[in-house]
Amino acid sequence: MPREGILVSNPYERITDKQVKQIHRASLEILVDPGLICFSKKAAEIFHGHGAEVTAASSGDSPSWHIKIPEKMVMEALNSAPKTVKLGARNPDNALIMKGDEPRVYFISGSETNIWLDVDFPTYVKKSDSSIEIQVPEFHPRRATVADLCQSAHVCEHMETLDGYIRTVNIQDEDITEDNKDVNKFFASLNNTTKHFMSGLTKLEQLDNVVRMAELIAGGKEALKENPIISFITCLVKSPLQFVEDTTDTFIEVCQRGLPVAVSSSPQAGTTAPIKEAGIMAQINAEVLAGITLGQLTNKGTPMLYGSVPVRARMDTLGDSYGSVETSQYNIDCVQMARFYKIPNYSTSGVCDTKIPGQQASIERLFSDIVVTLSGPQYLHCAYGLLDCNAVFCLLQAVLDDAHFQMLKFFLKPAQINQQELAETMKQIREVVATPQKLYIRYIRQVMRSGEISAPYPFEGDGESDNVFALAYQRMSELLAKPVEHIAPETTAKIFQEIPGLLPRLNVYKEGK
Amino acid sequence: MTEDIISLIRENVIQGRVTQDDEGLDEGMVGQPGVTELTEKALAMGIDIRDIINKGLTEGMNLVGQKFELKEFYIPDMLASAEAVGAAMDLLKPHLDQSGIKPKGKVLLATVKGDLHDIGKNIVSILLRGAGYTVKDLGHDMEPQSIVNAVRVENPQFLGLSALLTSTMVNMRDTIQALEESGLRDKVKVIIGGAPVSEGYAKSIGADGYGSDGFQALAVIESLTST
Repeated sequence: MPREGILVSNPYERITDKQVKQIHRASLEILVDPGLICFSKKAAEIFHGHGAEVTAASSGDSPSWHIKIPEKMVMEALNSAPKTVKLGARNPDNALIMKGDEPRVYFISGSETNIWLDVDFPTYVKKSDSSIEIQVPEFHPRRATVADLCQSAHVCEHMETLDGYIRTVNIQDEDITEDNKDVNKFFASLNNTTKHFMSGLTKLEQLDNVVRMAELIAGGKEALKENPIISFITCLVKSPLQFVEDTTDTFIEVCQRGLPVAVSSSPQAGTTAPIKEAGIMAQINAEVLAGITLGQLTNKGTPMLYGSVPVRARMDTLGDSYGSVETSQYNIDCVQMARFYKIPNYSTSGVCDTKIPGQQASIERLFSDIVVTLSGPQYLHCAYGLLDCNAVFCLLQAVLDDAHFQMLKFFLKPAQINQQELAETMKQIREVVATPQKLYIRYIRQVMRSGEISAPYPFEGDGESDNVFALAYQRMSELLAKPVEHIAPETTAKIFQEIPGLLPRLNVYKEGK
Repeated sequence: MTEDIISLIRENVIQGRVTQDDEGLDEGMVGQPGVTELTEKALAMGIDIRDIINKGLTEGMNLVGQKFELKEFYIPDMLASAEAVGAAMDLLKPHLDQSGIKPKGKVLLATVKGDLHDIGKNIVSILLRGAGYTVKDLGHDMEPQSIVNAVRVENPQFLGLSALLTSTMVNMRDTIQALEESGLRDKVKVIIGGAPVSEGYAKSIGADGYGSDGFQALAVIESLTST
């Protein structure tokens, strides 16, 4: 049985059907005029080989091609892209089944940040009364390591609301190089969670090692196809409308292996996309359609996610503003576009502008988590632990986010209102009204124990104290103390034997560990 | 046989089942006798009332209290059990004198003038009845003079006053003043409760006690009973 996620029974729609079609038409026009600049020779050849108009472009030092993708080619690709995508998992019960036309939401971590945020709780003494002490959380940023990646996968494994794991940090240990980064990030993650694992690839040459590792874990080539425990994210189109050489080449290779892939585009309204909603939507949709078309031309039937990471620019720095309200609007529009094409959507919420956990972080992330979830994306990423516009990951924040998603999941349960329910409750009403106390309290009891009553906020302090961070930290420590089901010893031995570049310290069965 | 009935009373107190129609906590309880039916049966069998109270009701309630401390039970469970004990005590009251058991005392409850809110008062009523007190609930929106008249007629040991609104809490003071003016103030202990009031407010209006919730109200009355 795959994970249930949460089915949004009446998904929120921000744009009308007419507007969806208008965006679709505008995107198709963009794909022809102005078309895309392509820096990948392989991609240019694939498009050319299938009849797209491809001409050598003159600008810049790198060789590039100008590609016009005709409507027919796009529509055929949309037709051949699977409408149901399975993302497997080491534990088959953690598999995710996503149907493009079904608003069933899975909550996922991500994305890859450079900075890991540690937290501690130093004690402060009141100047005017030294008998009064309080503990205040302090956050300390540092470069992330492979041990951090293991820790975050470990905690994510135990967070009930989290359905899948996207690597949270870019590992930057001294012994990590461009050549061994991929194998180590895949192994560190897969060895610490039995949920689905998605990641980008740093170096194309490592793709076969990573896939072989997944085959060893899944039980062979065919077993991996049946249960794709890994998938890939590729930002092959750099906004505006440019196929980047390295990620596009990686994307093509992933598609050739038939593994699931998120076709992601991340335009920034105001800088790399028009500031107005109509403009960014027409452009991002064109960029994603271009990616899906290339993928289907490469290997028809490759499972793909319509990946959308649109964001508005901050007016003060022109950096990303994930906390802006418009960012959520664009994401919801993208959810609707993906549903229009019946292709599962990889959407974004929960990222905030602020650098540390706190009130602003909670407000920004909870706002986008609620509204984007209500629109019914299938694969909602970025939702756990990310701060500072995707630059920082904080495990404590991830645990706080888990509590947000518990509330959201409860909220989205279908309403239990039917004739039988009403008849039983009417009986209760008549009984209670006839009693002197007129209280329904006795009827709470079985309902309370059946899970029909929402749990209180798990980090509620006593009395007037606000101990949210301390209690969340305690929860985080509890989750870290829980055991993790690592990859079996014999499989681990095979992986270390066959896959070059793995750090010996990641082998949990190594003597002395 | 006696032990079986007592044991069933105890178990049904824990289940919080007043009558056979109550579902309780475990599956399949509906239709089986509740505390009311079992107490009636125990009386008919001539079982010693002290055993019914001490080994059945009180011991059951003690076990409920332990489960509450262990967070196995919640306030709704405590109230359901207290309600079951209260129902049993209503049946046993006429027989207390002949068994030599002294009743615990009478409590008059009222929500004061201008205030229609009575959830808190009703919860206090259930808990007091479950603890063996005789409770007379006057209702809500009670004029000070009506409360004074009831105190004169009922002659309770305790008067519990409740208010939810800042605009009506002042009527607690008026009620206590009316008791003083009628010469009844020394005959009854006054305990107040409700969201806007506090220990300090209770003292300022000359009340004898303050309960921040139903359990504290019961604890205050128990402590005043023993003094």
